[in-house]
Amino acid sequence: MTGVAANGTAGGATGAGPAPPGPLLPKGALDLLMPLHVWVGASGHIEHCGPTLRKLRPGQILTGARLLEVFEWRRPNTVRVLADLLAHDGEKVQLAFRDGPRDTLRGIVVALGDGQGAILNLSLGISVVEAVGRYGLTGTDFAPFDPTVEMLYLIEAQSAILAESRKLNKRLEGARIAAEKQAFTDTLTGLRNRRAMDHALERLADPHMSERFGLMHLDLDYFKEVNDTLGHAAGDHVLRQVARILLAETRRDDMVVRAGGDEFVLICRNCDDVAVLNRIAQRIIERLEEPILFEGRPCRVSASIGTTLSSNYAAQDASQMLSDADRALYASKDGGRARHTVFIRDAGLVELARDAGVRPVPPSPPRDAAAH
Amino acid sequence: MHGLINRSIQCFVRDTYGADRWAEVCARAKLESQDFEALLTYDDALTDAVIRAASELLEKERVLFLEDLGHYLVTHPESDALRRLLRFGGETFVDFLHSLEELHDRGRLALPDLDLPRIEMREHGGSSFTLGLCWGDLGPVVLGVLRAMADEYGALVLMEYHASGAHARDEAITIELLETTHAEGRSFALGRVRR
Repeated sequence: MTGVAANGTAGGATGAGPAPPGPLLPKGALDLLMPLHVWVGASGHIEHCGPTLRKLRPGQILTGARLLEVFEWRRPNTVRVLADLLAHDGEKVQLAFRDGPRDTLRGIVVALGDGQGAILNLSLGISVVEAVGRYGLTGTDFAPFDPTVEMLYLIEAQSAILAESRKLNKRLEGARIAAEKQAFTDTLTGLRNRRAMDHALERLADPHMSERFGLMHLDLDYFKEVNDTLGHAAGDHVLRQVARILLAETRRDDMVVRAGGDEFVLICRNCDDVAVLNRIAQRIIERLEEPILFEGRPCRVSASIGTTLSSNYAAQDASQMLSDADRALYASKDGGRARHTVFIRDAGLVELARDAGVRPVPPSPPRDAAAH
Repeated sequence: MHGLINRSIQCFVRDTYGADRWAEVCARAKLESQDFEALLTYDDALTDAVIRAASELLEKERVLFLEDLGHYLVTHPESDALRRLLRFGGETFVDFLHSLEELHDRGRLALPDLDLPRIEMREHGGSSFTLGLCWGDLGPVVLGVLRAMADEYGALVLMEYHASGAHARDEAITIELLETTHAEGRSFALGRVRR
């Protein structure tokens, strides 16, 4: 047999009466029209395969083999003998090679009638992407009207663009990180950050500035408990409320810094009056002790504060000031939290009561061992 | 202009003449940044300024500079993606020439805001072609691409670029195909070799 006559009964949709005979198609024409077809004869053996299908099994002679031994039927899964296949005339089929890479093929089966068997016209469907690489397929392996090559083009174009897009995102992410590093604002609270503080202290340390100021180091008390019991969202909420209170209790020129975690630094500009600074500190502690509501539940924190004054130093030294404020802060913590301690050059660490009464802090080694 | 075009110019100058030359071009064109992003869009005037600066600095006629750019885009290993995408145009150089009529739409399919030139191919007797295009005098880039693609397919061709009208409004490339298989072309498989 050199060709097949299409009898036009595919799908059984031609209605009553004998169908007019279709054109006789030689194998060469079938190959051009359907590069991925199988013609199976009435005996169930493969009579002929399209050239692209042959490329999928190089070195294997498909012609003459039993169709159901070459392919495993996925859908319909009731196909055991050729008659089963013929019964599905005009229907969608899905199959895979039994040997080698299990590319899934899908297509349509058309019974030829007159004991000529059937033609299966197949497509690689989505597995074409893998298959073109595996079998070295080229444009000529697909019929000119088949948009497979366009699909491959599109996939390749999209992946090139995606790669470029990933690079762009990476660069933008790098730029964002760089910008954040250069920023002066703490993203959670909107307060100035440690970087901004270092800049400000550097400026204030300039001998030409000779400005008198107070440096307060504040650390929240019981903040960890809020985080642990109510979660980080509650913790973040508390930090934002604390920031609002600190801004409300300081003047416009003062600088409020979130130095990290639950630590804050206040630079009180043009003020090194201990009584004034203590009033500010005590007022802050009082306000922070008011419960902060988070989703209807009260969060309770307080604050320990340590302060130093620019007048303590002959020459301004930012790191020395921060270290002294820190020592004063820890004196407050050690003294039982929720209190304010000031470092004064001639008196050392002095805890200031809420009524501004002054009482010296007893030295508590080792932290105070290095006190001036 | 689409960033892909500007980015191409940047890579071409940098890879061919060095990063220092590119920095000089940027300075001369008064660019704020030395980097173009392939996926952003830039003012057309910027592209024009870069081309002018580059052609002045490199002492290369604009037409030649653009032609070299086109050739670079197909032949440089860094831009192999473009070469492959062009190869999807067809199995032979003639198929490829005919596929150029789809270039604009193919570009759009990949990147909806990419404005590649609309190309019209006229075939005179099988071996002679006229390619008409309108791409705001960037036509020589296409000429460079064609030269490189002829090598890709191993075809021997004679090509010439013509421009007429204000700002080269009407551009044309005449193509004389002497031999379709003059040399061994570069191989192309639909499936990508995974590296």
